[in-house]
Amino acid sequence: MATEPLLTARGLVKRYGRVTALDQADFDLYPGEILAVIGDNGAGKSSLIKAISGAITPDEGEIRLEGKVVNFKAPMEARDAGIETVYQNLALSPALSIADNMFLGREIRKPGIMGNWFRMLDRGAMEKRAREKLTELGLMTIQNISQAVETLSGGQRQGVAVARAAAFGSKVVIMDEPTAALGVKESRRVLELILDVKRRGLPIVLISHNMPHVFEVADRIHIHRLGRRLTVIDPKEYTMSDAVAFMTGAKAPPEAAIAA
Amino acid sequence: MTDASADARRPQEFEKVLSASDTSVASFDTHARSPIEKIQHFLHSNPAAVPLIVLVASIALFGVIIGGKFFSAFSMTLILQQVAITGIIGAAQTLVILTAGIDLSVGAIMVLSSVVMGQFTFRYGLPPSLAVLCGFAVGAFCGWINGVLVSYMKLPPFIVTLGTWQIVLATNFLYSANETIRAQDIETQAPILQFFGANFRLGNAVFTYGVVAMVLLVAVLWYILNHTAWGRHVYAIGDDPEAAQLSGVRVNRVLISVYVISGLICALGGWMLIGRIGSVSPTAGQFANIESITAVVIGGISLFGGRGSILGMLFGALIVGVFQLGLRLIGTDPQWTYLLIGTLIIIAVAIDQWIRKVAG
Repeated sequence: MATEPLLTARGLVKRYGRVTALDQADFDLYPGEILAVIGDNGAGKSSLIKAISGAITPDEGEIRLEGKVVNFKAPMEARDAGIETVYQNLALSPALSIADNMFLGREIRKPGIMGNWFRMLDRGAMEKRAREKLTELGLMTIQNISQAVETLSGGQRQGVAVARAAAFGSKVVIMDEPTAALGVKESRRVLELILDVKRRGLPIVLISHNMPHVFEVADRIHIHRLGRRLTVIDPKEYTMSDAVAFMTGAKAPPEAAIAA
Repeated sequence: MTDASADARRPQEFEKVLSASDTSVASFDTHARSPIEKIQHFLHSNPAAVPLIVLVASIALFGVIIGGKFFSAFSMTLILQQVAITGIIGAAQTLVILTAGIDLSVGAIMVLSSVVMGQFTFRYGLPPSLAVLCGFAVGAFCGWINGVLVSYMKLPPFIVTLGTWQIVLATNFLYSANETIRAQDIETQAPILQFFGANFRLGNAVFTYGVVAMVLLVAVLWYILNHTAWGRHVYAIGDDPEAAQLSGVRVNRVLISVYVISGLICALGGWMLIGRIGSVSPTAGQFANIESITAVVIGGISLFGGRGSILGMLFGALIVGVFQLGLRLIGTDPQWTYLLIGTLIIIAVAIDQWIRKVAG
């Protein structure tokens, strides 16, 4: 590809005691693409994603965002840099409202004395923006923006988490198993959400075990094996069984693909 | 296999039937809720409602049984005076319990702070107002130790505060040498220490400054918990600390601030304790930690964290006060009070569990 990658990682290493989760892992994400990351259980997908999203700090290696080296020590720092993550457990607080959840950690305060001196939250502004974002993503079947997240269904919660990421992600959106806990119809909805986000020019990193979903939406597929990037394939040139074979080590990837 | 990959770019075969399916994606149950479910939802969104109902009901009940002697401005304000310290310490306890912690050391911190305020004035001859500030500093420091052990050392709050409770209480006895500072001495030399014991009258109603301070404190904390980012973070941490961390809440910093503020509030409680009993006694307030937990639990605040309102704690404290005064006026054995309070605690927790099932 002629364009420069937006987000790259080189030689990431992460050890947990005697277990090596990441072993010289590389990673590239290009602007405007959906990059799927697949791999067997324990291949180190989660560690890779956590390193990029700031949830863990790798022992070695470097991550570059738009060519500049970044060193995230907390998820907040990655978020400030424009990388939003939808975690598998969604990272929502069940007892708080939808609006409170969307703005958790970056609340809007009222202007003037009430906001500066009494630190009062601007509930109206937050609810308005939350409603806009949910409407944009076609999620306004959620009627009451101030209801607690624990009263929502699994699909609705996923929708809130995706809307939060899409609302604030300015450079990259990472989604960890966004369809794992959902039914057929809700999965379809989330896949449409993913394509929606892509249409707005945001690149997406999609971690999934669901091969049909991966092959449907991904532009490129990063196959992770034994703590490192095995290869990157084009879903149009390979089949799902090829991908599974590479992922599990049943088949060696072709030389050309490794270079990709 | 090439046609398979061509297929892959389109929705999958089994999903084609979806176009004919119901298009309402994950919308809300609009089915009419049963009255019980409605109550459950109401209580879920208004956590202070149950204690408020119980409070009003118990005042009405004792009012009917005892009549004017109970149902008077004087008795009502007497209850307020009697629960003022429990309310203050309960406020500190509320903050900690909302983060899914528990603070057994609140009473000990209160007593140590009051002893510091007294001894710094009388042993070292410090100006009383400066001694009061020192008391607050000691309270904040004790809270800070709790906070660091809970957040950075990741120790369970129950164990940490079980330890600091003993440590602080022992420090209190060792430092004060078990000496009480007499009320007359304080009155003549450092009246500011008894400030919160002073009272004013509105008709038959008698208010102490301590009561006013307690109500103000609860009101301010209610505002902070519901209308500031910090307050929302306290709830989020109690709910799910992992999720809060991932959404960008600085969990450790908020936790430490919660324990420090709790310590400061305990010091305020210590100052009020001097006003209440007149003297500075290292043996006062022995059961403040249990009383504060009782108020919090009867107030409908979940011990699992993240749920409940500080107003509920105030109602919980008042319920205990109403039962104590009401049963005393009836003239029963005081053990009946404890028996009833114990029952209330268990009922409150059972209701909490039931309300939590609202999402299911």
